[in-house]
Amino acid sequence: MSAERLSVSFEVNGEPVVAEVSPLQRLSSVLRDGLGLTGTKVGCDAGDCGACSVEVDGAVVCACLVPAAGLSGSRVRTVEGLSNGSLSALQESFLRHGAAQCGICTPGVLVSAAALLEKNPAPSETEVQDALGGVLCRCTGYRKIIDAVMNANRSVASDAAMVEQGRAVGASPIRLDGERKVSGAEVFGADERPADALSVAVVRSPHWHADFEIGDTEAFIAAHPGIVAVFTAADIPGENRFGVIPPFADQPALAGGRARFRGEAVALIAGERAAIEALDMDAFPVSWKALPHALTPDEARRPDFPDLHEGRTGNQLTQGFVESGDPEAALAGAFVSVSGEIETSYVEHAYIEPEAGFAAMEGDTLVIKACTQAPYMDRDDTARVLGLPPERVRIVPLAAGGGFGSKLDISLQPLVGLVTLKTGRPAAMVYTRGDSMRSTTKRHPAAMRASIGADAAGRVTGMVFEGDFNTGAYASWGPTVANRVPVHASGPYRTPNYRATGRAIHTNGPVSGAFRGFGVPQATIMQETLYDRLAEKLGRDRLAFRIDNALVDGDRTTCGQALSGVGIRDCLEALKPHWARAQAEADSANAGDGRLRRGIGVASCWYGCGNTALPNPSKIRVGVTASGAVMLHQGAVDIGQGSNTVVTQICADASGLPLSAFQLVGGDTGVTPDAGKTSASRQTYVTGKAAEKAGRALREKILRFANVSDAAVIGLEDGALVIREGAVRRRVELAEIEAGSDGYAFCAEETYDPPTTALDGKGQGVPYAVYGYGAQLVELEVDTTLGTVRLLRIVAAHDVGRAINPLLVEGQIEGGIAQGIGLALMEEYVPGRTENLHDYLIPTIGDVPPIETILVEVPDPEGPFGAKGLGEHVLIPTAPAILNAIRHAVGVEVTKVPATPSRILAAIRAREAGQ
Amino acid sequence: MDYARPTELEEALGLLCSRRWTILAGGTDFYPALGAGPLKSDVLDINGLSALEGIHETATHIVIGARTSWSAVIDAPLPPGFDMLKLAAREVGSVQIQNAGTVAGNLCNASPAADGVPPLLALDAEVELRSAEGVRYLPLAAFILGNRKTARAPNELLTAIRVPRASARGNSGFVKLGARRYLVISIAMAAARVVIDGGRIAEAAVSVGSCSAVAQRLSGLEAQLKGARVADIRSAVASCDLSELSPIDDVRGTAAYRLEAAREITARALERALGVAAERGAMA
Ligand SMILES: Cc1cc2nc3c(=O)[nH]c(=O)nc-3n(C[C@H](O)[C@H](O)[C@H](O)COP(=O)(O)OP(=O)(O)OC[C@H]3O[C@@H](n4cnc5c(N)ncnc54)[C@H](O)[C@@H]3O)c2cc1C
Ligand code: FES
Ligand code: FES
Repeated sequence: MSAERLSVSFEVNGEPVVAEVSPLQRLSSVLRDGLGLTGTKVGCDAGDCGACSVEVDGAVVCACLVPAAGLSGSRVRTVEGLSNGSLSALQESFLRHGAAQCGICTPGVLVSAAALLEKNPAPSETEVQDALGGVLCRCTGYRKIIDAVMNANRSVASDAAMVEQGRAVGASPIRLDGERKVSGAEVFGADERPADALSVAVVRSPHWHADFEIGDTEAFIAAHPGIVAVFTAADIPGENRFGVIPPFADQPALAGGRARFRGEAVALIAGERAAIEALDMDAFPVSWKALPHALTPDEARRPDFPDLHEGRTGNQLTQGFVESGDPEAALAGAFVSVSGEIETSYVEHAYIEPEAGFAAMEGDTLVIKACTQAPYMDRDDTARVLGLPPERVRIVPLAAGGGFGSKLDISLQPLVGLVTLKTGRPAAMVYTRGDSMRSTTKRHPAAMRASIGADAAGRVTGMVFEGDFNTGAYASWGPTVANRVPVHASGPYRTPNYRATGRAIHTNGPVSGAFRGFGVPQATIMQETLYDRLAEKLGRDRLAFRIDNALVDGDRTTCGQALSGVGIRDCLEALKPHWARAQAEADSANAGDGRLRRGIGVASCWYGCGNTALPNPSKIRVGVTASGAVMLHQGAVDIGQGSNTVVTQICADASGLPLSAFQLVGGDTGVTPDAGKTSASRQTYVTGKAAEKAGRALREKILRFANVSDAAVIGLEDGALVIREGAVRRRVELAEIEAGSDGYAFCAEETYDPPTTALDGKGQGVPYAVYGYGAQLVELEVDTTLGTVRLLRIVAAHDVGRAINPLLVEGQIEGGIAQGIGLALMEEYVPGRTENLHDYLIPTIGDVPPIETILVEVPDPEGPFGAKGLGEHVLIPTAPAILNAIRHAVGVEVTKVPATPSRILAAIRAREAGQ
Repeated sequence: MDYARPTELEEALGLLCSRRWTILAGGTDFYPALGAGPLKSDVLDINGLSALEGIHETATHIVIGARTSWSAVIDAPLPPGFDMLKLAAREVGSVQIQNAGTVAGNLCNASPAADGVPPLLALDAEVELRSAEGVRYLPLAAFILGNRKTARAPNELLTAIRVPRASARGNSGFVKLGARRYLVISIAMAAARVVIDGGRIAEAAVSVGSCSAVAQRLSGLEAQLKGARVADIRSAVASCDLSELSPIDDVRGTAAYRLEAAREITARALERALGVAAERGAMA
């Protein structure tokens, strides 16, 4: 046998197949590219994520590590083989339990779980964890997966899918996009590719900071058959500058002459797929001249270090500032005060789906299909770079296998767009895990200092906060972090005298952007750990201290905004019985002097939903077709969090139409209006509100047409609306109504933009119209000889205003907590050293303890049906609560996050030495 | 690039004489090392060699064929001296990795963090290296020379791992310390095998990995333990000098941390070997 292609015969899901393969081709590629079975996903090509898990001859393996040459005669089972005409009990259980969010990990989880259940139909929690330990999920926090697997073979009485008309809000119907996520049918960024598409490889900077010169590309192309073209910055027809916040847009799609971070794109190589796959990137003609670089704000602010961007003196991108009262006087006059410093690390989003998509021309429109969180922003940025009017770019979002903020920024869109525009051929690209980690955004590392003071009665009187946020080489969402942090750094507590400064500083590190919470999770670590020390100095119970200081209706924030619908106190109060129990259990566990010490900790969050003091409208269109389908043009991209379902539930109840009549039209910019970006916890609130308005408007139109009052009930019966009001019954044949220009018999379109005001020089104003609140209690055990932490249990109380879909709310909470666990204990992205999922550790199924969710519903006067946002809130309290619990357990403060075993043990030893 | 998948050992050894090949076993180190780029070397796939399958016993040795996966080790009936190897096997990556990855591949890959090395050192394992010219046996400690470096000649294939029956005596334990529950490279790990005679330790084999370029037997501690009572384990471990170890700082932990943790997990591995009810530890 040689390296030549060969033909292998084997069985896939019981069917014989013959595939032409190269001997070392990965089974994952044979399945996906050769046989079109795209249910098997690829997240890393290195065994680290398990998304590619399949069964080969009865053993679960990573398909990305199985060479094709050995497949002859083997039996392979993939996710596509789990359902046999109808979904399996396991798949049904996943839907019922909400165990699939974005769904990218789901095929690997299902295949692994199915193999377990065949051997062991009623597995224990530990058995499930052992069987699924090799599959990473970044969305769910694993708890619903565990429940779904353990209960897969238990019969169920009720059908969760049935939702009564008019009662969609508050119910937990199976997510509307659920079935395709558990069957393997969902189409993610890498799952669609035109047959004649060129592949595109990106040449990236291996240096932190360097000037470069590109050599003879003609010769390079000539020497590489199948390579069609090379493009550089010089080929970019538009303005070579993009960025999510237009006034700060500074990032070139392809760097021109100077690269400012390791991983920055400097050239594109387009070619036939086989040629690109066989390409040795080292052969590309480029010469580098490394420049001095700075990786921390301190280095970047040294007087001798040049500014990375003209006009950003001292490499400061921007600064956010909020001030009220006289914080210095308050601290000076405080009965007790505490001060501290904390540093956090780069955190990688680590969604399991690396960026992927393709471009193709449709007439003279450039169509880009890719995973994204923000189709209209992608359209406008891509159009600008490519010199096209926005209408000539159409973004069709493919399912996003996780986003968490990073897929708000464009990545491959202008790159594949450029290739298609220049060559006229479709162009496809799938980032490797390394590309994804090196080139896309991160959570800002923060270096923070703060002081907080309280009076003798235990009331917080003043706080000063300062934070430097390493924003990396380009602006991205740095300004948002700098502005959001000062507004939130007080926590949801009355702080009459306050000053907070947040600075975004450029370095040659990876670009820091949006990551669930925009800097607030970091700032909350600072504030909530100081609160524990304040309570201790005051001799107060830590929870009671927080309850006493919690904001209540009518209080003013540090921005001077009067609040209503404030639920933080309710959240904290809800934790009280758990706190008492946990405290008692910890005391008794700590009675001896064993090497394991229990600790408990609590922390809160608040978080404004939507853009900070800036407009961020959402538009929703809903129409009834001649055949009686209700088409919801729902542009709020569902990245797993559930907006497809939640927005529809809201629209259903607002219109009074049955949920089952609704069909979704996705966020395709060609057919669906702009519902804004999926970020800032805004979709349930802002797009939900637009959906509520659109639903009501649609209802009004129908009622007016039928000439009945708002008390009427609208039903749908084969192609007709049936409207009943008391004894009156009207039947409206939809086919007989002349369709409007939109093609619908009845149609409504509504926009909603949160009522906010700009902040003045002291940060005073109304930055957000709606806030959500929450508090979490963590119970853990520290091994004092190894510095390791074992989480025992987390209780999470979140005020969501109104839980539109309680199951999805729980899913968000559990998933957010898992990311908070990672932030607190293990996640530290070290540029250049942890650019894979082997060295960059995110929690596995064995790292997330049981989570109890308490839903608190203090309605918001502004939100749809009283709902508030939640998506980011949920991870904010976790890390500080963990750090507080560690301190409770062993009396040490870890001032560099994550609190790894090495750091915890060092802190324990330092404390012993100091005593 | 060339690819070969021989089914006969002779053929494989013949090919190995001809030029330099990269050997492919379970692929769990091979593919990640490959990255996204094209393959530049010739690959000899040993997965067609049925001669390398399975675990069997001879009069003198327990022999683990080179194609034996971690899962096969877990499932095999082996004496309690092998418990530490089984415990290590359960901690290698995930079920997916255990099903594909081989013990022999773990040794040949020669990572300082290879979980298979400490238990096999404590079993006095040797490797069987075959070439067209013949066969030689090397003690494991003489086989792994450094980080990613072994004594295997380019024309040799590691065909089996052999454990002398006498070295499989006693009971054994293994403790792995990592920063998360599954899929984690060891910050440090320890393996221990102990033979008890009349309430005293007649023989102790202890090794620690991830705290030096190659995992090390702690011969100083072993000598100290010989003749000690079970109750004295902790004090023996506390007083030994661990001079065999030379840990470094990396993203997983500092050198000082490693050294301190190594001492603790060594004690726990010994306790586990002896069935001493140890307090349950977090992630270890
Ligand atoms: C996600 C993931 C998690 C992992 N977790 C762990 C872990 O927790 N602990 C751990 O120790 N390891 C871990 N590994 C590493 C790896 O799985 C093990 O080292 C495994 O035992 C390697 O065996 P293999 O058969 O897959 O080797 P291969 O990848 O096939 O080969 C490994 C190396 O050994 C050489 N080789 C293999 N067999 C022979 C032979 N018979 N003769 C000569 N040379 C040979 C190959 O040329 C190659 O250089 C992990 C790997 C992955 C991908
Ligand atoms: S793609 Fe195979 S394990 Fe990640
Ligand atoms: S649902 Fe598991 S990664 Fe998204």
